[in-house]
Amino acid sequence: MLPLELNGLSFAVGDTRIIRGITARIEAGPRTVILGPNGAGKSVLMRLCHGLLAPTDGRITWHGARNGDVRRHQAMVFQRPVMLRRSALANVMYGLVLAGKSRRESELRAMDVLEVVGLAPHASRPARVLSGGEQQRLALARAWALGPEVLFLDEPTANLDPSATQDIEHIINAIHASGTKIIMTTHNLGQARRLGDEILFLSNGRLMERTPIDRFFREPASPEAAAFIKGELPWQ
Amino acid sequence: MNSLGEAFGAAWRLLVGFDAELAQVVGLSLQVSITAVMLATLIGLPLGAVIAVERFCGRQTLIVLLNALMGLPPVVVGLLVYLLLSRAGPLGSLGILFTPQAMIIAQTVLIAPIIAALSRQTIEDAWREYEEQLRSLGAHRLTAGMTLIWDTRFSLLTIILAGFGRAVAEVGAVMIVGGNIDGVTRVMTTAIALETSKGDLPLALGLGIVLITLVVVLNGLVAVIREAALRRYG
Repeated sequence: MLPLELNGLSFAVGDTRIIRGITARIEAGPRTVILGPNGAGKSVLMRLCHGLLAPTDGRITWHGARNGDVRRHQAMVFQRPVMLRRSALANVMYGLVLAGKSRRESELRAMDVLEVVGLAPHASRPARVLSGGEQQRLALARAWALGPEVLFLDEPTANLDPSATQDIEHIINAIHASGTKIIMTTHNLGQARRLGDEILFLSNGRLMERTPIDRFFREPASPEAAAFIKGELPWQ
Repeated sequence: MNSLGEAFGAAWRLLVGFDAELAQVVGLSLQVSITAVMLATLIGLPLGAVIAVERFCGRQTLIVLLNALMGLPPVVVGLLVYLLLSRAGPLGSLGILFTPQAMIIAQTVLIAPIIAALSRQTIEDAWREYEEQLRSLGAHRLTAGMTLIWDTRFSLLTIILAGFGRAVAEVGAVMIVGGNIDGVTRVMTTAIALETSKGDLPLALGLGIVLITLVVVLNGLVAVIREAALRRYG
């Protein structure tokens, strides 16, 4: 259903303008990283794209959408994923059953995905008693199982230790390799460098620049991005 | 002091001897209040879920009203149901005044708002936490509502048991619409009221002990279930 086109996209709550007139076209293929400081509007932009929020102004168009139901072809993993009070397996099956798959089919698919993310031994354990890293892997499995064309990831490793972060990044790359378009936010430059192909740099609700990953770190086009890189990596 | 001791002794003998009259009264109490709680749950739980998840005009007013109805005095409920069911009332033709059915209706009216108001609060808190995730997974409101009820099932169970506690311990409503007829509509609370005024303290005390034990056991049960659920499901 890509490309995704944002046209003069704005979002405000009362008088507070959170997203200010963003125009961009996001193509299939490269892993897109939305980078920016806290409060830049990264999460809100992602929620707008995913359809969880309605823009106050501007348009979001999925150009390649074959039918009206664009929601079915995208999934999202939240910074703090909500686990349902049921088993890990049942959590993955939940979305599949909602998407109209039979229980049998859902269970097979869910087990496959749990296997890939290394949670098959925990399939029957209640999701809420899993560790933070395991829950985030489960959230990825739940989203991936739906076979989305586009996967939104909102700070997927924000609260995890380095080893759990590495697990998550491996899985994200595997999802990318399987042909799903990755769009993720992060404020971690190292992660942006490891996982990104292109950077959309946001500051104060505005899209400051859009640059391929290697050029972004070498010669950022906007002073805001240069300051952000300098602030995050002061030793460079 | 002496008569209190004697009364306790007599009450204990009634309980241990499984006195027929006492058993009959306890049985009817349980039957009326359990039925009322089931009906009130069937009405209150979906109502609470809808108010929690839907946004509509007058919602805030409805919530305030529902919360206020939690404090409904049982005698007033009894009076209203009495007026409805009395011969001249709109439902008088049913002829169920002074029967257990009338008592079930009164207790249902009394506790349905409690179950609705408390489950609305519980489900709405869960909705705040779950909303984006469920919408992202493609759940529409009805599915989301069912998921929320299932995920908060242990909290909801506590609410239902609280409703039962209120129903079984209430005097005013069942007294007015049931009439406290011996062997027909006499329940624990109305029997206690009557036997106390008659001076038959052993029976009143025996019933009181049963009632208190029931409430304590129920609360223990709630605590055990919640504890187990927390350990099991987090």
